[in-house]
This record gives sequence, structure tokens and C-alpha cells, in this order.
Amino acid sequence: MAKDVIRLEGTVTEALPNAMFRVELENGHKVLAHVSGRMRMHFIRILPGDQVTVELSPYDLSKGRIVYRTG
Amino acid sequence: MSIRPKREQDIEKMWAAGQIVGEVLVRVGRMLEPGIRTADLDAEALRIMQERGGRALFYGQPHPRGGRTYPGNICVSVNEELVHGIPGDRRIADGDVVSVDVGVEKDGWCGDAARTFIVGEVGPKVRRLVETTAEALATARREARAGVLWSAVAGQMEAVVTEAGFSVVREYVGHGIGRTMWEEPRVPNYVGRSMMRDDFLLVENMTFAVEPMVNLGRRNVRETDDGWTVVTVDGRPCAHFEDTMVVRRDGCEPLTRWAERDTGG
Repeated sequence: MAKDVIRLEGTVTEALPNAMFRVELENGHKVLAHVSGRMRMHFIRILPGDQVTVELSPYDLSKGRIVYRTG
Repeated sequence: MSIRPKREQDIEKMWAAGQIVGEVLVRVGRMLEPGIRTADLDAEALRIMQERGGRALFYGQPHPRGGRTYPGNICVSVNEELVHGIPGDRRIADGDVVSVDVGVEKDGWCGDAARTFIVGEVGPKVRRLVETTAEALATARREARAGVLWSAVAGQMEAVVTEAGFSVVREYVGHGIGRTMWEEPRVPNYVGRSMMRDDFLLVENMTFAVEPMVNLGRRNVRETDDGWTVVTVDGRPCAHFEDTMVVRRDGCEPLTRWAERDTGG
């Protein structure tokens, strides 16, 4: 039985205060995502329009964590 | 990433679970003919598992994103269905491509494997799709050995698929396996940016399930309304081969091939 990676690709649509972002996912869903600690540590800037990889929370599918900037 | 190797006596137990998986795959594969219901395949699979002292590992499996638990004993995915097809009243037809995925737990250890079967006559492209997916799994079995990075193996699997003109599914991946079905690490069938960061070194006696999932058309897949069945977005056929394997110094040893009679692939 294959494992669901739960990671999805998306595009940042809006930068919000507190390092939160609104991300539109490939499947059309919109989620609120914060930036993973590792990305904050390395000062990776995220701007609207950036392609990102989001890990969704299994508990609340409207919230996620940006783990990589892919674009 | 920490991947703990298994002790030899535990690998022995995983082999015992794997032998039930392998036998179910062979016997269910032989039952496939036009008119048979997928629920009939499921019932026969359960009967064999119980007769051999195993438990259907998939039944009651929690949904990874919080949906209902898995209601079947095995997965039967037909044509555009890639994985996690729930057995039911659907009848197999001539020209169907049927993926059967089987998981068994016995004495606290797990085995997980899948095969895609062709029922009757299909076009040359679909036949090549199934052969290519089997070849991707065979590539992993040959190339994965202790001391090799998984990305090196995944890259070769991906090349087999893309050179044949097909696409590798990214939303679902293989996985470590042992006392439970889904253990670390995740085992993708492609090399991507996120993959390079999650890369891992294959260590002797680690056990994992390698499962190339290949689409004839575009790579995108989606989950259907039943919460489990994964289908191709473009509706074209797909294939899925999987073995639970143990990493050795000189290659990989599959644990889910029935010793009585190999299913090939």
C-alpha cells in the first residue's frame, strides 16, 4: 500500500504578517501556511508568486507548512 | 535520517509474512478473468491469509489525512485506478488492467507487495506500460544495495520509465516496513528537489517496500470521493508493482515472492 506524501506544490498568493502566507495548491485548494524553522534559519525569502512545497497538517487540511521554495 | 537495520531473526519473520503476500498475489492473479467481482478476489485473499495464520494488514488502516479507515482486505485497482481501489461489486472485463496490492501481518511483522495483471487482450502501449513498471521494480532490486544512496537507485528507476515515454507518480511513494506497514523513510520512485534533501543511505538489513507507480499519460493523480481510490487525472491507464525487500551487501532480496512459484515481474 503506497504512502501518501501529503506534500503538495503550490504558489504563494499573499504574504501575511508573522511569516504566514496564503498558498494556492496545485489541486486548487487554498491554505494558510507558515514557514518551516529550517527555512527561517537560512533566511530564505518568500514572495508572492513563488512556487513552494507545502506539507499539510493531517489534522487541519486548511493549514500547512512551507518546507521548500521550489521555483 | 535514522534507518535502523533489522535483526536476522526479524527478517526471517518478515519473510514468513511476505510468503503469504506472495501466495495471495499468485492465487488472486490466477482468478482474474472477465466477469469476476473484485469482492470475490478480496474474499479469497482473506481466506488464504487466515489459513496461513496471517492478518489482512490493510483492513482498518487509518487514512493518512483523517478520512475513514480502509474497508477492504486487499486493494484492487482497475485501469485508470492507480492504487487503494476498494473491492466491491465491480466486475472485471476483458482488456482490463488490474493492480492487486496485498499486505499481511504475521507474528507482529509485515509484508506488502503488488502486481499489475492484464486480463485478456490490450493494446501494445498498455502492455508496454505494465512491462516498464515491472522493469522499474527489477531495476531497484538490481541496483539497491548497502552503501548506495537511494537517489541513485530512484534516478535509474525514473529513467526506465521516462525513456519508455511514461510518467512516474509523485504523490505516492514506497516506505520503510517492519513491525508496522508505514515506517521511515519515504521511498520515492523519482528524483526531485525535495527528494535530494530526504535522501538516505541504504544500510545492510534495512527493509523497505519499493513500489513504482507509472502512468501511461500525465503523472497527475487524484483521490476519488470514496476517500481511498487514487485515479489518474487524465483517465488513462496506470500500473503498480511492489515488493518488500531487504537490503544486502550485493543487492536486494525480495521477501514477498512466493517461493513455491514466482510470479515474475
